[in-house]
Amino acid sequence: MHIGIDVGGTNTDAVLMNGTATLAGVKHSTTPDVTSGIVQAIEELKQQHAFQGGSIDAVMIGTTHFINALVQAKRLAPTAALRLGLPATAALPPLVDWPDHLREAIESRSYLAHGGYEFDGRPISPLDPEEIRRHAADMKTHGIRSVAISSVFSPVNHDLELQAAELVAEVLGEDVAISLSHEIGRIGLLERENATVINAALRELAIEIVDGLTKAVRDQGIEAPIFLSQNDGTLMDEEYVRKYPVATFASGPTNSMRGAAATSGLSNCAVVDVGGTTADIGLLINGFPRETANEVKVAGIRTNFRMPDVLSIGMGGGSIVDIETGEVGPESVGYRLTSEALVFGGSTLTATDIAVAAGKANIGDASKVAHLDAELVDRVLQRISERISEAVDRMRTSPDPIPVVVVGGGSIMIPRDLPLFGEVQRPENFAVANAIGASIAQVGGEVDKVYSVEPGKRDETITGVREEARQKAIAAGAKPQSVSIVDFDEVPIPYLPGNATRIRAKAVGDLEMGPLT
Amino acid sequence: MSWTITEELIPALARGAAVLGTGGGGDPYIGALLAGQALQQYGNVEVVTLDEVPDDAVVVTVAMMGAPTVMVEKLPGLDEVVTPVKELSEHYGKPVTHIALAEVGGVNSTIPIAAAAALGLPLIDGDGMGRAFPELQMILPTLYGVEASPLAYADEKGNVGVIRAISNHWVERIARVAAVEMGCSIMISGFHMSGRTAGESLVKDSLSMCLRVGREISNAREQKIDPVEKTVTVLGGRLLFEGKVTDVERATTTGFARGRASIDGAAGTMTLQFQNEHLVAQIDGDTVATTPDLIMVLDHENGEPITTEGLRYGQRVRVIAAPADERWHAPEAIEMVGPRYFGYDLEPHRFDGSVRPGQVIA
Repeated sequence: MHIGIDVGGTNTDAVLMNGTATLAGVKHSTTPDVTSGIVQAIEELKQQHAFQGGSIDAVMIGTTHFINALVQAKRLAPTAALRLGLPATAALPPLVDWPDHLREAIESRSYLAHGGYEFDGRPISPLDPEEIRRHAADMKTHGIRSVAISSVFSPVNHDLELQAAELVAEVLGEDVAISLSHEIGRIGLLERENATVINAALRELAIEIVDGLTKAVRDQGIEAPIFLSQNDGTLMDEEYVRKYPVATFASGPTNSMRGAAATSGLSNCAVVDVGGTTADIGLLINGFPRETANEVKVAGIRTNFRMPDVLSIGMGGGSIVDIETGEVGPESVGYRLTSEALVFGGSTLTATDIAVAAGKANIGDASKVAHLDAELVDRVLQRISERISEAVDRMRTSPDPIPVVVVGGGSIMIPRDLPLFGEVQRPENFAVANAIGASIAQVGGEVDKVYSVEPGKRDETITGVREEARQKAIAAGAKPQSVSIVDFDEVPIPYLPGNATRIRAKAVGDLEMGPLT
Repeated sequence: MSWTITEELIPALARGAAVLGTGGGGDPYIGALLAGQALQQYGNVEVVTLDEVPDDAVVVTVAMMGAPTVMVEKLPGLDEVVTPVKELSEHYGKPVTHIALAEVGGVNSTIPIAAAAALGLPLIDGDGMGRAFPELQMILPTLYGVEASPLAYADEKGNVGVIRAISNHWVERIARVAAVEMGCSIMISGFHMSGRTAGESLVKDSLSMCLRVGREISNAREQKIDPVEKTVTVLGGRLLFEGKVTDVERATTTGFARGRASIDGAAGTMTLQFQNEHLVAQIDGDTVATTPDLIMVLDHENGEPITTEGLRYGQRVRVIAAPADERWHAPEAIEMVGPRYFGYDLEPHRFDGSVRPGQVIA
């Protein structure tokens, strides 16, 4: 048996799975401290279906904590971006394309220093240790606790990023968190650097979250390995998350879409996942989320992650309803839903209150919303369905009819019929689809090396790299027959002997979890 | 009628430039950011139409030379953009009065905007190609006897040079070596010409066209019209193929990003050959369009142009073609930019698939 947990901004969902069968599913409010929400969720799972901690093979957790922290510009560490590349790149310094409020939220300091490489590995200029120390001293003065270091062409040669990291640590002390761009992203300086700065800003939160998650699970007598979901649906272990929290960014939508596929049995559909704060709309094509074609903007910041193409609108179960206009969101009470919503005795009118007043859901105390004007309730519901329809329409690839699957706890507020699309599908276990998605997450193997590709041997080399990635996935615990290559990238490095090419391949497969019992 | 480039127009211009860049010309985002920074710092740029340029105007082109894959890492700066123009003014002892675009594709549409802003000079609504081409001499003024020399170039380190060569082809050969040595991304200025020659040889209103294409794509999206179809209509072209990218093979050799992409679709397999720009499109071995006409890859749904370095496995795309400026089909032009020049033993196929030689320009 294994447990899948999805920690959203508003709700924590958990499922107890045996293979692909859902034995129990619960939904709980996310608590400010993360931990107690998980403890409650696991305890409720036990009540629904008794189990011993020792019988759990793995715990998979998907969390939107990190992306939410960025979107809401909260709980971010004071962060410095240090770029090695002078005299190149000065006109477009680090964070040049960031929204002002996020620059302020991370109390950003941006530094340019000499260093970096040309495309062929020749230095642009030598690293100047004194310059780096001077910048680091300035970081110290400004209370910087996390540093993102990028260097021009670090995917070709990352030596200078490592050297600069040592120098920065000497000045700022060993406690400073340092994120290096060559470990985070690929070619494309601004995008790689942006992702690295985001990662850096999340490092302190990552420690807090991972410690909390681990403690919560261990306190339940579960000693099984704990995994977190990455953007592509594969799992990473807790140590990895501490260093690379940014890799969890798109796990929310990936898990909900894969969960929707698993629970609805549909492999081609639009998925509307309504949580507490947002509704995320994506397309499922042959069982996998459609990925964005070009750059991905996260909270208005350009990155080069491969992520599911998801349209988020600020509308969820915890969204605050404007009584004057009948509009919903984007402000949300978030995890405080169970204290602030009217049905829970609070004083804020939320989308959940509207759903209860309309008789679409049985949550909290319905008498507390009995006084709501029926016309207001209708108007709000109509606006909700209009906005969802518009969003799905924007995402679909052709005017042809497409089934719409709604999942997530907030989906109770979506009317049964949508303009343009007709009746929506609401699978069994719709409320915990994210957790089911997390629980079916897979493990991956990645190869990222520079190969000397001999003339006429490209196919042979590629086949070898792909096989190596496959073997790594199997070694990480994937069932051999389920492994496939999900990402492949080839970057030639010219002017080195032997047609040097950086090749990366990523293979994923289903986690082998022992025989079904 | 003259018009003004403000920061708000940059995204649409950059998008249009990426379409007309036919896959090359570099990441439009970087060029747009640079132009945006320059406009913020120095103010708006005045754009004048070709008929408004006085006969005795002193016109030069400004462009980036090198590999687009390099520029997304080693970001360009403003100093190296203005240095070559200043160097030419000094060289001639007569100040440059107007900046022109060498090509209307990709980053070379936005870099001259940055240059015009930083230098406080008007920009001409026209360019030397009406598209993008990979080599410096591949510009219509070459066919009118305009010399690229003296060509000034600069890198971010402060290195500056001026090339005086016996032909535009030699300028290309020498400048390319310098570009590679200087890190594969340098700024150049040359093709010094009078306002009168500019009026004759440049492609008219191409910056406006760029803006129009960029705007039509975003308008189409808002109005729920197919942006790809809209682009085809605006350019007077045709849809060649639609499908999924199944393989991309590339190598940066002699300063160019060369490669080949395969796209699988209902109509078979399309192979695209590129050398910075898309040059040859074939379906199951049959040639359907080649240089000098424009071959463009757009995102299947949202019509966003995809550059050759942005091509990736799994993308769903549509490939469209559009006619080049008719002068590119003249026999002397085909010698310079036809498929054979690039090493493909093929007749030049027009955007509609036909093989029709053009008239001699002379």
